[in-house]
Amino acid sequence: MSGGAGMDLRLPIGGLFVVLGVILGIFGVMTNGDTVMYQRSGGMNINLIWGGVMLAFGALFLVLARRASRRYAALGDSRSEAEG
Amino acid sequence: MTQLTTLDYVVMAIYFVVVLGIGWALRRMMKTSSDFFLSGRSLPPWVTGLAFLSANLGAQEVIGMGASGAKYGIATSHFYWIGAIPAMVFVGIFMMPFYYGSKARSVPEYLKLRFDEKTRTFNALGFAAMTIFSSGISMYAMGKLLNLLLGWDFDTSILVSAVIVLAYVTLGGLTSAIYNEVLQFFMIVFGFAPLVWVGLKQVGGWDGMTSKLSAAATQRGLPEYAYTHVWQGMGSATTNSIGIEWFGMVMGLGFVLSFGYWCTDFLVVQRAMAADSMTAARRTPLIAAVPKMFFPFLVILPGMIALAIGDNIIPAKLTAAGTPLLDTNGNVVLDYDLATPMMLVKLFPTGMLGLGLTALIASFMSGMAGNVTAFNTVWTYDIYQAHIKKHGTDEHYLWMGRVATVGGIALSVAAAYVAGAFNNIMELLQLVFAFVNAPLFATFALGMFWKRSTGHGAFWGLAAGTVAPAIHHGISLANGATPGVKGGFFGVLLNYPSEMAQTFWTAVAAFTTCFVVTIVVSLATTPRRDAELEGLVYSLTPKQVDNVKAWNQKPSVFAAVVMVAMITLNVLFF
Repeated sequence: MSGGAGMDLRLPIGGLFVVLGVILGIFGVMTNGDTVMYQRSGGMNINLIWGGVMLAFGALFLVLARRASRRYAALGDSRSEAEG
Repeated sequence: MTQLTTLDYVVMAIYFVVVLGIGWALRRMMKTSSDFFLSGRSLPPWVTGLAFLSANLGAQEVIGMGASGAKYGIATSHFYWIGAIPAMVFVGIFMMPFYYGSKARSVPEYLKLRFDEKTRTFNALGFAAMTIFSSGISMYAMGKLLNLLLGWDFDTSILVSAVIVLAYVTLGGLTSAIYNEVLQFFMIVFGFAPLVWVGLKQVGGWDGMTSKLSAAATQRGLPEYAYTHVWQGMGSATTNSIGIEWFGMVMGLGFVLSFGYWCTDFLVVQRAMAADSMTAARRTPLIAAVPKMFFPFLVILPGMIALAIGDNIIPAKLTAAGTPLLDTNGNVVLDYDLATPMMLVKLFPTGMLGLGLTALIASFMSGMAGNVTAFNTVWTYDIYQAHIKKHGTDEHYLWMGRVATVGGIALSVAAAYVAGAFNNIMELLQLVFAFVNAPLFATFALGMFWKRSTGHGAFWGLAAGTVAPAIHHGISLANGATPGVKGGFFGVLLNYPSEMAQTFWTAVAAFTTCFVVTIVVSLATTPRRDAELEGLVYSLTPKQVDNVKAWNQKPSVFAAVVMVAMITLNVLFF
């Protein structure tokens, strides 16, 4: 478990970046081809690109948190079996 | 002024919902004062490590390093590659065993265990005042910046941010502050990495930036490598942008100031004390050192790119009348503090702009939260429990911690308004705090590694080490500065090529005085018996045995890797 105080910090971090990534990504798709808007970022659709990066990072953190909680649950099960 | 769109506000709102949600989720876990002030010593090292880094990564750091990047170029990295990293390795390997192992609940409390009550109180009072004023100055800077950039109301910005910080710290204590610092770390990385990327693209990549900066350096009468090389011009104060020679820099910045800050400042050490084991506590600063090494690319580069882009991206400083400020030669003085914020505004389209600004506001707020959590702990344990109410119940101290949080934030808001009303007073206070901080490393180093040092020695060493820099500052002046807050108020006996050089030598004066006076007074007073100092002094403490099996988890191996990487960076950008 990551976060002995009782909460796995990877969950809120992962969640935040997934939500932000999706929002910026969708906005990037909607504004794709808007050369005037993206002139300032050197012609790159930075909303779409960076939205994708944040989505991937957030998803990775969620997966890590999920795997950790499964492992923790498995550990708890085997312990209760042994006790029982 | 920049207009934000609904999307930008949505991005900001989502972040603050998560911040408050973390505080809300943690509220049930704050059962004892140890939960509230020390996170129950239960956090994993990656969390405490990132918080250790992030607690220092307030907006003053983000904006200040961007400003220095625009002013001094890549030489600003000295603050990282010779400043922070060696000190962070030292605190992790050599000092953490005493902080964590002594079971002291704060840095001043270690002084009480090792020396005596008066040394602790001296340190606790100075530290408490410093946290309040730093948090106030940071709040003031945020209110002013948001007003200038976005036209937001100064009072509203300050009140809203104070209420948010108050909410999550009172609910979730240190854990909440630490979790939000980790969140803020990722916000800064994800908000500023694309800024550097887009910025480099605009100036034609790294090579494009280098050639533009060479031109800028030549134009200002410096060698063409001055903005793009870290060590090359350090042989003499006139051939580098900072205006100091290598020896003063290594001693002043690399040794005294950096070790004084990273090894003794409770704001950062508190994060390591919250770790779940001794090994985790020792690894905390080492884990922090890894991203810290690469932060120059994130926070200094935006300033350098702003300088390379030119095109008046950095606006002029304005006088009270609203006209550009001119220096004695009639040149316009630039407001370097706006370099990074202006880069955000000029290079990010709506959407990303919301993300970048959220990262900036997040760093202001977590800086505030860091100061407040350090303040409430020192207030409750080292001032209230030590002098006002000695034998209260644990619930009482938990309650006091929450009251101190409210009080600390209220005082910070008051300090923010004082900063707005009397600009010079703030400059003076920051100077005084520099005097208080500079000698501390001498006290701790002697306390931890010389068992003969005594409480009287430490106290008088600290007192002398605080007065000495004030005297040094009073008799020295940087070229081009006018006597007053900048120094020379006792008459100018010493001249330094730059303010930075003056600051570094002031720190050296403080350290040396404290070191010598502590030794002399200690030798003249009675030492404590060896048995009382077990676990507090190096020679009387059993050697550290790390409870890790894998060699690559050992703090010492980790430290060696960090040092090699740091040297490599210095060589690469020599």
